[in-house]
Amino acid sequence: MTESIDSIRLRAARPLEAEPVKMRATSLSAWFGDKRALSNISMPLVERKVTAVIGPSGCGKSTFIRCLNRMHEVVAGARVSGDVLLDGKSIYAPDVDPVRVRRRVGMVFQKPNPFPTMSIRDNVLAGLRLSGIEPPDEDALVEEVLGQVALWDEVKDSLDRPGGELSGGQQQRLCIARCLALEPEVVLMDEPCSSLDPVATAKIEELIHDLRDRYTIVVVTHSMQQAARVSDYTAFFYLGELVEYDHADVIFTKPSDPRTEDYITGRFG
Amino acid sequence: MTPGIESAYAKRKIAARAATVASSAAVVLALAPLVAIFLHVAVRGVRALSVSFFTEPVGARGAGMANAVFGTIQLVLLASAMGIPLGIAGGLYLSECRHTRLARAVRFCADVLAGVPSILVGVAVYAVVVVRMKQFSAFAGAAALAIVMLPLVVRTTDVLARAVPDSLREAALALGATRWRTAIFVVLRTAAPGIRSGCMLAVARVCGETAPLLFTAYNNRFFNDSLFDPTSTLQVQIFTYTMTPNEDWHAQAWAAALVLVAIVVVLDVLARRLVERKEVA
Repeated sequence: MTESIDSIRLRAARPLEAEPVKMRATSLSAWFGDKRALSNISMPLVERKVTAVIGPSGCGKSTFIRCLNRMHEVVAGARVSGDVLLDGKSIYAPDVDPVRVRRRVGMVFQKPNPFPTMSIRDNVLAGLRLSGIEPPDEDALVEEVLGQVALWDEVKDSLDRPGGELSGGQQQRLCIARCLALEPEVVLMDEPCSSLDPVATAKIEELIHDLRDRYTIVVVTHSMQQAARVSDYTAFFYLGELVEYDHADVIFTKPSDPRTEDYITGRFG
Repeated sequence: MTPGIESAYAKRKIAARAATVASSAAVVLALAPLVAIFLHVAVRGVRALSVSFFTEPVGARGAGMANAVFGTIQLVLLASAMGIPLGIAGGLYLSECRHTRLARAVRFCADVLAGVPSILVGVAVYAVVVVRMKQFSAFAGAAALAIVMLPLVVRTTDVLARAVPDSLREAALALGATRWRTAIFVVLRTAAPGIRSGCMLAVARVCGETAPLLFTAYNNRFFNDSLFDPTSTLQVQIFTYTMTPNEDWHAQAWAAALVLVAIVVVLDVLARRLVERKEVA
């Protein structure tokens, strides 16, 4: 398929690399034991924008974002080659402590995972406490981040209740709050809505919208509608490779690779 | 409707009922010895209990077992102080570093240690501690009990810490926690209620251990407040008295058995209270 005049014009009008880049993957490959999960991914993550990563199951989306905060290597037998830059500096350099990378690049998981033994309040503060930091004004911080995730009004009277008592959607927002309490620069979300109902999903999407002014956000999602709704940039992964990366509207209206078009029109995946 | 379905359903209902009855019977059968022992000990023990049992040391007629009660509590507390922290730390290592070669070796050793007859533990401590110190002692007895406890605590901690879902470990790591902080503040905390029960079982188990004490703490007719003197315990005292033909001493042994059971129950209740209060705070 040849590129249409329209898409070339679209591309020319908005060059891809014009905006400041927060993170960049360069020739990134990842393995689980002998199985290669990612091959040779190079793409930027634009600062204070939402980048969606889409693709069928097993295409390496989750592996990709787990490489962005060095969570991939937590799994036994997992390894990485290539590089990831954060503000132009490699996060895989030998002198870089993964613990510090993870404080700057936060992560929200597919299944809400609040700490079951901790109260809502302690869950919010968990990241700081686990790093041995006592915030100067805990109450203000708890209120602020729970406010950011629009959970404050729902839980302000039950801050001492266990986090596990909340509904699934509330738990996920609590996990996002827990991540934001560390003031990360980048927030990685691994299918944050896949275990939530449509109402909770809408709330999380709204939240992603609100957070983009302050954070660089990467969202892995199965839902093309969701990617189209929330993202500024979209990357399409297939079989561990990056097929296409572009402005979201370009991907969803004039994709240049036939595989992208097949996927977003529902011909496979 | 399929013709045979009614009779198949009736058959299944009967099978379900039969299974319920059978498993209830198994529970009763399993609990019967426990209840029988407990009642028997209570009945025989209460008769011989008196105030002097708790105030007077071991001796002739009318004397008590105060020193043995004290000795048992002292030894078990000391053994717990040695065995539980070490066991929990070891179990946590096995769980969190489960793929290392050292972890595999340690797990194997813990299993072997759990299978070693407790009298051998006593002999080993005799050789290593008692012979070298030229003295039976409370310290040696506690060390022997701690060794008996160790594999139990290690194994429970290992199993329960491994049952903590990886999603919680990942949550903590992704928040920038180091591995050891994750292990202590997330894994250990999540597994704490189960580990507590496991430790209580280990404590209860050593409360009844007699064999390892015969060569280590030995026995003592008098009170002693030194950790480095022979020390009397209820277990060894029960053994000693039961071996005599003296009716009076037999009665005393029953009373000692009752007190031993009571100590285990009290320890259990205390531990529960302690953990509950911590969880509320």
